[in-house]
Parts: sequence; C-alpha cells; structure tokens
Amino acid sequence: MSAQHIDSVKTYAWVWIALLILTGVTTGVAYIDLGPFSLPVALAIAVGKMLLVALFFMHVRHSNSLTKLVVLGGLMWLGILLLLSMADFVTRGWIRIPGK
Amino acid sequence: MITAVAEEKEHYLNASYGLKSWLLTKDHKRIGLLYLATITFFFFIGGAFATLIRLELLTPQGDLVSAETYNKLFTMHGVVMVFFFLIPSIPAVMGNFFLPMMIGARDLAFPRLNLLSWYLLVIGGLFAIFAMVAGGVDTGWTFYTPYSTTYSNTWVIATALGIFVAGFSSILTGLNFIVTVHRMRAPGMTWFRMPLFVWANYATAIIQVLGTPVLAVTIMLLFCERVFHIGLFDPALGGDPVLFQHLFWFYSHPAVYIMVLPGMGVISELIAVFSRKAVFGYAFVAFSSVAIAVLGFLVWGHHLFVSGQSLYAGMVFSFLSYFVAIPSAIKVFNWTATLYKGSISYATPMLYAFGFIGLFTIGGLTGLFVACLGIDVHVTDTYFVVAHFHYIMVGGTLMAYLGGLHYWWPKMTGRMYPEGWAKISALVIFLGFNLTFFPQFILGYLGMPRRYHVYPDEFQVLHVLSTAGASVLAVGYLMPMVYFIWSLKYGKVASANPWKAPGLEWQTASPPPVHNFDVMPVVRNEAYDFSTTVGEAVEVG
Amino acid sequence: MASEAHAIHGETLALREQFDTAAQQKDASSLGMWIFLVTEIMFFGGMFLAYTAYRSWYPDVFGAASRTLNATIGALNTAVLLCSSFTMVLAVRAGQLGRRKAVIVFLALTLILGLVFLGVKAFEWNEKFQEHHIPGPAFHLEGTPFQGHAQLFFSLYFAMTGLHALHMIIGAGLLIYLIVQTKRGIFSAEYYTPIDMVGLYWHFVDVIWIYLFPLLYLIDRHGPKA
Repeated sequence: MSAQHIDSVKTYAWVWIALLILTGVTTGVAYIDLGPFSLPVALAIAVGKMLLVALFFMHVRHSNSLTKLVVLGGLMWLGILLLLSMADFVTRGWIRIPGK
Repeated sequence: MITAVAEEKEHYLNASYGLKSWLLTKDHKRIGLLYLATITFFFFIGGAFATLIRLELLTPQGDLVSAETYNKLFTMHGVVMVFFFLIPSIPAVMGNFFLPMMIGARDLAFPRLNLLSWYLLVIGGLFAIFAMVAGGVDTGWTFYTPYSTTYSNTWVIATALGIFVAGFSSILTGLNFIVTVHRMRAPGMTWFRMPLFVWANYATAIIQVLGTPVLAVTIMLLFCERVFHIGLFDPALGGDPVLFQHLFWFYSHPAVYIMVLPGMGVISELIAVFSRKAVFGYAFVAFSSVAIAVLGFLVWGHHLFVSGQSLYAGMVFSFLSYFVAIPSAIKVFNWTATLYKGSISYATPMLYAFGFIGLFTIGGLTGLFVACLGIDVHVTDTYFVVAHFHYIMVGGTLMAYLGGLHYWWPKMTGRMYPEGWAKISALVIFLGFNLTFFPQFILGYLGMPRRYHVYPDEFQVLHVLSTAGASVLAVGYLMPMVYFIWSLKYGKVASANPWKAPGLEWQTASPPPVHNFDVMPVVRNEAYDFSTTVGEAVEVG
Repeated sequence: MASEAHAIHGETLALREQFDTAAQQKDASSLGMWIFLVTEIMFFGGMFLAYTAYRSWYPDVFGAASRTLNATIGALNTAVLLCSSFTMVLAVRAGQLGRRKAVIVFLALTLILGLVFLGVKAFEWNEKFQEHHIPGPAFHLEGTPFQGHAQLFFSLYFAMTGLHALHMIIGAGLLIYLIVQTKRGIFSAEYYTPIDMVGLYWHFVDVIWIYLFPLLYLIDRHGPKA
C-alpha cells in the first residue's frame, strides 16, 4: 500500500471550478447546432468531467494499479455490452427479409 | 490414537453449539455448510419437477398434467436448478469452505458480507417457493417479454424478485472471493502457486461481479413494465422485446460459465491428486479459466439467432462463439495429459472426474453445433439444445460437484464416506445420465421441440428410454444423500490427509480448527508438489 | 474489552480477526468498494444500452421529448450535485487529517446539497405528472405523432433518474450514519475508512448524473421548437 496522499484544498477547489465551468459549457453548446457533432461533444465533456471526479475526488491518480485495472475493466465491460448489442440494433434493417 | 486426538480436539463444528451459533456464524466453513443444506433442498425440489416432466413425457398424450401445468413444471425446474442450485453450488459450498483454506487464510475478506450472501439466497429462495406454492410461473426460466410482462397470468413478479435477490447473493460472493484472493494469500502463496480450483473460482467471481448486475437491472425493467406499465420492451410503443433478450443473455450466457468453471476447478484438483502428478501445463489451465470468463461475455447473441436479431450480429456472435472452444479444449487436453504416466487410483472422486471429462466433451462439442448459425436454425428450441446444456450442466457441473463433495467430505465432516456404495452410485449416475440425455440428442435432431407436453407417436421409444434413464438417475442421486448422512455418525473417522494430497487444506486437522490452521502456513512449494506429501506423517494435532 | 472505551476500539480500530495488518484491512475494503462500484456501472449499463438503442432508432422523437425538460433547472441541479461532491471530498480530507468537527460540517453540507438535489428532482417529476408525460394511457406529448416512441423516452427518463435518486437516498442515509458515528468519536486520522468508502460511493453517483444530464436534457436544444 502506498503512503497516504492528502491533496490540498486548492487542488480540490480548482477541480470543482473546472467541473462547474464544464457544466456551463455543455449546456451552452447544446444550443448551438453542431449537426452530427453535438452528441460526441456532449459525451467528450461528460468523459472529461468523469475523469476529473475519478482522478481527483476519488483519488484514482494516487491508487494502486489494481484499482485502476478494476475501473478500466468496468468501463471496458460496459463497452462490450453497448458495442455488441448495438452491432444488432444498428444493422437490424440492412437486409430486407419479411419478419426480420 | 488418532481417533482419540480427533475427538478431543476443538474444531469448527464443536467449538460452539445451538441454532444461533449457526445462523449468526461468520465462519466461512459453517456458512459453506449452510449453503450445502440450502442448495441440497433446492436440488431435490428441482429434481421433483424434473421427475414430473419425465413422467408426463412417457406417453405421447398429455395424460398426467395439462399443458398449463407442464409449462409451469419446466419453468420452475429451470428457475430452481439454475438460480438456486447450479449458480451457488460449487462456489458457495466448496469455494466458501476451501478457497480461504487453499490460500492459507483464516477466513474470507468480508465474513459478515458472506453471511449476508447466504441470507440473500434464502430470502430469494423464499420468494421463489412462495411463487411455486401460490400457483407457479409459466414463462420459461428465460422470462421472455412480451409474454412475461403482458400476457402471463402467473407469479412472474414473485419469481423474478426471488432471482433478483439471489443475484445479489451471487454478486457479493464473487466480490468477496476476488478481494480474498488478492489480499488474503498466505506468505509465499504467489499467484502461480495457487491451486487451480482457486483460479477457477476467481475467474467465476469476475463473471459474477460483471454479469449479474445486468440481470438485476433487466429484472427491474421487467418489473417496471409489468407493474407500472413503463413499457421499455413493449412492441406496441416501438419497444423491442429482443432488447430484453440481449440484456438477459448478457448475464445468462456468462452464467453458464459461472456454473461450469468452478466444476473445472474441482476436476483439476481431482485429476492431480488421484494421478499423483502436477497438472500438465499449470499456467495454461489457470489462464484458460480467465480466458473463458472473458470470452464468455462476447458470445451471448448466439442465443438470439432466430429471435429477429440482425443477421450481421448473428454472424459476429457465431464467429466469436467458436473461440470459447479453445480454452475449454486446453483444459480437457491438459487433464488427459496429466493422466499420462500418472499413478492413477480409481477412488470415487476420480470416477466423477472421468465422468466429467467425457460428458463435458460431448456437451462442449455439441455446443459447437449450436454455435454454428446454419445448424442452429435447424435445432433451435429442440431437444438437441436441451440435451446439449444438460450435458454441460448436469454431466459437467453436477459431476464435478459430487466429485468434489466426495473428495472434501472427510475434511468437511471428519468422516469418510463408504467407498463401495459411493463407487456404485457414481456408476449408476453416469449410466442413468447418459440414458436420460443421449436419446434427447436424437429426439432433437429428428425435430422434437422443447417445452411441449404432447408429441407424435414415433418419438415415444426415445422418450421412454429417457424417462427410464431419469429413474436410474434419481436412484443415483438419492444414494449419496443417504450414505453421506449415514457417514456423519457411522463413517470411518478421517485422518487429516486421507488422500495424501498436497493442498494447504489437507495440512490441517479434519475437521479444521475454527481459524483453519493451528500455525499459519508459509508456502514454499509449487502447487501439486507431491514430493512433500507423506500422508499420515504430516498429521496435525 | 474491559472498559467501555475498549469496546468502542474493539469495534473499529482493532483489526478484524481475518486480517494480519491494518493496511491489509484498508486495502481489502477499498478493493471491495471499487468492485462494488463496477457492479454499479454494469447495473446502470443495462439502462444506458436501452437508451442508446432507442435513441439510435428514434432520434427525432427523443429530441422533441428532451426539449420538454427544463435544461436550466437541470444544469443548476447538476451544479448542486457537483458542489456536494466538493464538500464530500473535503469531508474525506478532514477525515484523513483527523479533524472531527470539520468532518461533521462537510458531511452535513453534503447531505444538505444532496437533499436540495432530490427536492428539485421531486419538483421536476411533479411537473411531468401535470403535463401528462408519465408513461401510461393518459400520456400525451405535443407536436409528435409518435406517442409510443415518446413514451419510451419518458420511460427511460423515469427509470434512469428514479434509480439515480434511489442511490442518492441511500447515500443520504449513509451520510447521516457517518455523522452519527463521527459524533460518537469513532473515526481518527488512523481509521476513517467508512468516510472514504461513502465518499467513493457519493462521487460515483455524481458521475452517473454527469452522463444523465446531457443524455436526457440536452439531446437536441436547437431543433425546430426550442
């Protein structure tokens, strides 16, 4: 077990401010027509916010590699669920067979 | 001499008495026995449903039960056997009891959580029993929508809630095992010195933790649709019943490996000990467990080939399904290679191990048939599929479960089972099993669909054979029940290490002391190092 | 075990008998908590899949339905939740330093912010009731012929925000428990694992909302009927 890290209040405050700003940005940008890019932009901002919370507030950046592996594993499995299922939902209509 | 010592010594069974000392125990060994009692109860309930199913199928007409009753019988047989017997079976009983001992720990990482897991299984079981007593449920164990959400007038919600609660039991057991393996290993017990049973249960725990929550949310959505009419799967709203099947099988296909992987772990132990050789290709067998756990999550769509799933997704899932055969085959080949030039003894656990290898191979190879998109369209929902998964679940998991139970019985109870009777029952079970399920491959190939209580006359011969086999099988299962209980009082007193096995669980008294070891072990040998086992000489206490 | 003080110590500081060292016990708790959070990812994952599938099939209706939600309230509520995460991490920090009073203050602030979030959520749900946006026979959404598809959106909206709120309620319960325990003097700079663990849980619930907010409120804000 690594020695305990105690981050400064200042670090946490900066992260907090960044999170609030990103919330404002994602709300504001939603009113601009970005065409097909609006979803990727919204998701990218959400991922950024998640990283801030996980790395700083949840101390993942100080955690051992096993914890990091567990987190990555969880996200990867969510990816498997979404990806392979969407392989069905996206291609469902590609072949025109009655009843399919 | 040994007898006297064993009788006087304090162990986990005589350390305290009374119902409270069991119902509030945090000892992983006692919790293991609580699970043993619970799942044995459910096994015989599930078995009773199976008996009624086979009796009904003796004749082509529906003369024993109505179609509605038959639907309930196969549903409740499946629900009970899958969720309340097979899923908890080996991990919750033998994993609980022996995983901490095999890695040289005093207990699991979270003993109170472990007790809570047992209570969750019992509560879930009570829901399911309530549903059965109140009138049963007829959706099939898969609860496919929209039948389960809209049309069925049976106890869907009670049963589903039972499975939901039991699912958390499974999740918490998996969580406990993962943390225990990572954090509780004895000094010197490196990852590649762990017994393969521990590896198998570790891989199983990964599946339990990653898969079961998806089943939980699926049941929750089913609940919302049936009770609150929040119709996420309702085709009338543009919802998709196939989405339910995706979510259900995302858990339920990996769940097959929750059931069979621990069995493979047991077989690795048995093959090594009863041929007195280290398992051939230890690292390959260890990693193949993890590989099965991972690959098992990539193939669920092969249950949806004829469901209306996109053909492209079907092809991807069919392709991926074949990969599971690789780690499975690694295991089977390595077990047989371990036997080669081994000093084989035909004790009862080894008979079960042989049974497992043969039956699992048949089950696995027919799995390739049904993984193949083209063939599966032909045999979907026929007895071919029924036979295939019974060869894995019963021929595989149940064989391993019984083999493990015989192998570890002396350690768990301090008594030997009667070897002669045990050999006979192992043989009866093997013969009964094949007689029951092999004809079902033929039936299915000829076109007999599953879940029907009437059938054309020309199928009767095979059905009669199958029912005859089921009767033999039932006798085979009752025999261990009787002689295990008999052995508790009359069995020969077991020594600490009756099999001269190298695992840490054998280097302590039978039954083990409350904290498993009088002196906490330090590991200096590789797994399955038979050069150090001199049997009675390492007697502890 | 002799005195009262010892009994309290026996419950908390002392090592549970299955562990060898305090570090091992702390590592085990932390790993266990992270694995639990992974199960939570998969639990919410099922609903994210349903959302992804239906949004990909019915993008226009989902956009129209999303526009009926109040994005300003949603954004403000997101900010409330992020503030609660900030106070939570300060509570954990105070726990690390053994500052008991600060722990109680920050936990109480987190609790209050959490309750504000839930209050606003309740207000929003109530609004949906009045607007007939509850899935069921009385459902009606203006401006689209696809009432079924719109119901799917609101089914997801209620299932996802409802499950998130349920987690918040559990979190609030945990916070109250922690405040009581801190008052009893259980925690110190050597032993504050429960504060740490509840912190992880609280932040995780926050992360779920970080995704729910854009996915439910901000699908298509620049469409025809803004």
